[in-house]
Parts: sequence; structure tokens; C-alpha cells
Amino acid sequence: MENITPQLYTLLVFMVVGSIVAIETRNLLSAVISVSAVGFALSIAFLFLGAPDIAITQLVVEVLVLIILIRGTILIDNTAIETHRDTLAVVTSLILFGLLLGFGAMIFGSSGFPEFGEPLMRVSRVYVQTGMPSTYAANLVTAIILDFRAYDTLGEVAVLFTSILGALALLRKDGKVAREEVVSA
Amino acid sequence: MKGMTLIVRTITDFVVAFIVVFGAYIVLYGHLTPGGGFAGGVIIACAFILLMLAQGKEVAFSRFGEKTAHVLDSTGALVFLAIGGVGLTAGFFFKNVFGRGEPFRLLSSGMILPANIAIAFKVVGSLYLVFTALAIFRRRSFRSMIEDELT
Repeated sequence: MENITPQLYTLLVFMVVGSIVAIETRNLLSAVISVSAVGFALSIAFLFLGAPDIAITQLVVEVLVLIILIRGTILIDNTAIETHRDTLAVVTSLILFGLLLGFGAMIFGSSGFPEFGEPLMRVSRVYVQTGMPSTYAANLVTAIILDFRAYDTLGEVAVLFTSILGALALLRKDGKVAREEVVSA
Repeated sequence: MKGMTLIVRTITDFVVAFIVVFGAYIVLYGHLTPGGGFAGGVIIACAFILLMLAQGKEVAFSRFGEKTAHVLDSTGALVFLAIGGVGLTAGFFFKNVFGRGEPFRLLSSGMILPANIAIAFKVVGSLYLVFTALAIFRRRSFRSMIEDELT
């Protein structure tokens, strides 16, 4: 495998710059487009890392999210963000995040947990060795998410189903009209 | 939504079928090549969202109605749960009890192919519904909110 670190660092710098632009820009549409640029760069990074499954998923989801967010954004008349971020809130969250990192380092650094990357691929070695003979699925990623880890996928399906149900119940017009009729009656 | 210009509408009419076929390929060959139910489902949903953006919501709803999307969404989730339940009869939840077939063939790997198809149905239905909810319902409710303010 050739050395891909320079390409990955370039993508990483691009993603960091894109995220900062997305946070700091005043125009909502520019923020949406910078977020999408970060997502597309992430998809290319997955391709470099040899994960075409995740790259495909990331790409198509990014396209869909871009369309939905742009449609949602251009419906709002005033897309400029006027409010400033609360300095106290930013400082507090930074301190809390630092504390989290510190305590995490204390817990994971001391003992009780194995070293990072040691032993290498303890769980995934079983998947890689028995995935093909026990499922006959040539694509190992699919063998893992739909056979070894199908229960996790069921959880994903349940989350997606519930969130769509909630979004439709909140956003649709019919329910609103019915409630207003109840209130007025 | 009224739709876009004649050029965009003609190209969209031509392209949508190919996008759906490509999405179906990604779903059906998910256990052999990169891809799977989720990615392929998003591609198919994108085809119908493209149709809605280019042709307007009447044409899109006549090809792929809101009710169909609801039915696909619910049946996908139920079928996936049922595939897990079939495994329960033979031992444990999501046990791969279907015939595994030959490796590198389309009809192989037991329950993974039907599970991919079920997830694809679910993803097509739900992402299409998300788009309609955010792009159309919201515009309607915005307008009704403004009308409420004025009256």
C-alpha cells in the first residue's frame, strides 16, 4: 500500500477550513454549502482509506442532505444570521470538553483497559476469517452489518422509522388544521 | 412547486429510469460488490426527488405517491423484522437459516439479499417522505402561518 498520508492531510485541512467557514459565515446558504463540501471531502477520504461502501453511502447521503437543506434554506426569506454566539457558553463548553478529555485520559491511561490497538483486530479477525465461509457473501461489509451485526441494523431501522414518523406528525398540515378546529369548537 | 425549464424536464424524464436501475443494481448486488440496501435506497429516493424538483410535485406524486411511500416505509421495516423472526424459529434472532447457495452468485448468502431489499424499501420510502415533509409541508404551513397572522 502506497503512502497516502499527504493526500489525507490535505483533505483534513480542507475539512477543518470548511467547518470553520460553516460556523463563522453569516449567510445560511453559504454555511449549508460549506458543510456539504466537508461531507464530500470525507467521502473522498473514505475512498483513499479503502472503504468504498462507506464512500458510496456518504456521497449519496451528502447529495440528498444538500438538496433538502438548500430547499429548506431558500424558503426562508432572511438567510443572514444576526445573533452572536454567547461567549460565556463557548468558554463553558470548551472547559467542559477539556475536563472530559482530561478525565478520559486519566481513566484510559491508567490501567484496566488494554493498550490502544492491542491486541490488534481481536473481534474483527473472527469476522474476516469466518465471514466468507459462514455467510457466502462476497462483500464482507454486508456480511457483517446484515449477518453478524443484524441486530444493530434492526436498531438503525427502528430509529429511522420512528424519526420519520415523528417528523411527519410534526410537519404535516392536516394535523394542525384538525387541532385548530378542536380548539375553536 | 411548479417545476423547472423544458430542458431540465426533458433530461430528467430521460435520466430518472437509469438512476432507478442503478440504485436497484446497488441494492441487489450489495452482498457481492460495494453498496447495499442503504446506499441503493438513497440513490432510488434521489431519483424521485430529482423528478419532484424538475417536474413539480403533481408529476412526482402521480409516479410515486405519498401513500406508496408510507406503505414502502412500513413494509420494509416489518419485512426486516420478519426476517429476524424467521431466524428465531431456528435458534436465535437473525440466524441465517435460508440456503446459502454458491459464493459469488446473485442468489447466495441466505438472508442478506432479502434483508438488503427490505432495507432499500424502507430507505426509499422514508427519505422520500423526509423530502416531501421538509420541502412541501413546510412551505404550506409557512404560508398558512402567515395567513393566520394577517387575518
